[in-house]
Amino acid sequence: MKATTAIPTLALCLGIAMPAYANRVFVSNEKGNDVTVLDSETLEVIGTYPVGARPRGITISPDGKELYVCASDDDLVRVFNPETMEETHTLPSGPDPELFVLHPSGNPLYIANEDDNLVTVVDTKTHKVLAEIPVGVEPEGMGVSPDGKIVINTSETTNMAHFIDTDTFEIVANVLVDSRPRFAQYNDAGTKLYVSAEIGGTVSVIDPVTQEITKKITFEIPGVLPEAIQPVGVRVTKDGSKVFVALGPANRVAVINGETDEVEDYLLVGQRVWQMAFTPDEKYLFTTNGNSNDVSVIDVAANTVVKSVPVGQQPWGVIVAPN
Amino acid sequence: MKGRIIILLAGLSVSTPVIAQQAAPKPMQTVRAAVLRVDAPTLLPISRLDTPPGDLGFAGAKLAINDNDTTGRFMNQDFQALEITATPETAAAELDKLLAEGIPFIVTLADDAQTVALADQVGDRALIFNARARGDNLRGADCRVNTIHTAPSYAMLADGLAQFLMWKKWDEWFLIAGSHPDDIALADAYRRAATKFGAKIVEERTYEDTGGSRRSDSGYVQVQQQMPVFTQDAARHDVVIAADENSVFGDWLPYQTWDPRPVAGSAGLVPRAWSPNLEAWGALQFQNRFEKLAGRTMRDEDYQVWLALRMIGEAATRTQSTDAPALKEFMLSDKFEVAGFKGQKLTMRDWDHQLRQPILLATDSVTASVSPQDQYLHQSSALDTLGIDRPETQCKF
Repeated sequence: MKATTAIPTLALCLGIAMPAYANRVFVSNEKGNDVTVLDSETLEVIGTYPVGARPRGITISPDGKELYVCASDDDLVRVFNPETMEETHTLPSGPDPELFVLHPSGNPLYIANEDDNLVTVVDTKTHKVLAEIPVGVEPEGMGVSPDGKIVINTSETTNMAHFIDTDTFEIVANVLVDSRPRFAQYNDAGTKLYVSAEIGGTVSVIDPVTQEITKKITFEIPGVLPEAIQPVGVRVTKDGSKVFVALGPANRVAVINGETDEVEDYLLVGQRVWQMAFTPDEKYLFTTNGNSNDVSVIDVAANTVVKSVPVGQQPWGVIVAPN
Repeated sequence: MKGRIIILLAGLSVSTPVIAQQAAPKPMQTVRAAVLRVDAPTLLPISRLDTPPGDLGFAGAKLAINDNDTTGRFMNQDFQALEITATPETAAAELDKLLAEGIPFIVTLADDAQTVALADQVGDRALIFNARARGDNLRGADCRVNTIHTAPSYAMLADGLAQFLMWKKWDEWFLIAGSHPDDIALADAYRRAATKFGAKIVEERTYEDTGGSRRSDSGYVQVQQQMPVFTQDAARHDVVIAADENSVFGDWLPYQTWDPRPVAGSAGLVPRAWSPNLEAWGALQFQNRFEKLAGRTMRDEDYQVWLALRMIGEAATRTQSTDAPALKEFMLSDKFEVAGFKGQKLTMRDWDHQLRQPILLATDSVTASVSPQDQYLHQSSALDTLGIDRPETQCKF
């Protein structure tokens, strides 16, 4: 049990049926070279910790014991003890790691090397590079199928979603999407793959079996210039019913019906919203707002923004501890 | 699993928008292009930092070909760009050689007059991408149907600066133009921008290029005496705007004006297509990629050549074709868009073949702003608040 030490008494008191334990929320600050840690219940900042040069992608192992940070300008992945925020070791990542995804089992780690047009596969136990897979220009978005058999990489200048077989490390399919694909996210059932296109202004919904685009979600917000609508991060609730899309300088998060893929709501958040993460109970969704240096906290059930919390300089990525 | 596995992708090929692996690889299809740079003899610029590098424009071409080829591996497409330098005298002969080789896409780095001459020489034998000449006449009365402009026009640059100055409420301008024809054309664009956005040009002066030494050991001594006097007794103004296309005086204006006023235009806050200090919108990794390749920072010309060749690559990807007429048709259609690391898609104006693009307002160290400014609205594209819009064009193809 890794309930946070910040408010243990309260957490225990609330622990009746399905206890809402507080979780640690980790926000990487690209320009601050640090990670801000928040408490998911009090929504207060617990602390800020140095993590290396230009931290962007951030994720945590399924057991909650290892926090991984892409230290882009250090050309490696730094690994921290999420409790103490002490660095335990580093992983070789290839140059300029930007974003990564863990295999559902927690190993290996698939890393997009933006400057070198590669996806690097690293064993999180042995710390060895297992493969380097050439992909398109400026690889960024990384997604993994729920069964762990396919990893998706999006290349921002090639404008494709590359389907990579996790057994053979070979690309098995490429799907052309709109300009500057930033993020790839499966739903938990593995029936839909969402790929955002920042400059194209769309989210492509891809059938993972046929690799065909079944729908292109477009966005329209009264009073917001179409050019400012730039989809980046995508998160899907576990039941697949709600899809959240961060719209960058539109300063909105779109709420999409996961059945119909229709936009149902736009939530006003901070400036230049890019990445998002749920709490394990999906009560809250945290968004990183790079230009207003804060995170917005969305009440997932109510579709409302309940708070914004100042963090470090140019927050980029966010992950919530699973326990 | 031990050791590294490098997986090659040569076996992938393409047929439909869903690109699935096929059993037998098709032969690579090649798209050929050339970059023709016409180097006219000029004096050195005021600042040694502005001295043109030997690979000006060509480094941008190399990066674009690398980018296109990386994507091309998935599409069975190969991209090539010849790099040709010429003088104003040899340009026509060099162009003839390229046309004789049947190269369908030619990126030119030449001045206004030579760009029109090259376009006329080409006729319908190739498509020209103008990656340097910024004269408004090239998008107006002297426009050519075979020419796409990736370089922004004077009007776009002047409008981009004007929008920012109006947002600042700095609407009284002191315009100082050089004496060369392109300085006069650029000054015309500032006059037009002032009228368009409601600024007043309260004073105009011409800085005659008398052929003096621009960069001698004692240059600043002379300038320190000249510039305050030259700008003395001007009508009350908010900002000094320099129109100096030939690096004769503009860079000497900041801090030397009689009145304590900021300088914009050809010095100070400069409207431009690209700036090596831009970081937003993925520009940082684009700059990194370029600097690793070229060993220097990216110039406007490099960016504009890169854009031209990326347009060709993007068209080849989207149409899944290497057929030059098909690529040309697609690039000139309203379906075409290309990402250019400036925060929004770049598209084609059908009335003059100018690529729509944001204008950076940059100092030496930072990009201070990017136009269009949010406050300027347009019925079809905010980017069309910059430059010559459809109703006012003088271009007839």
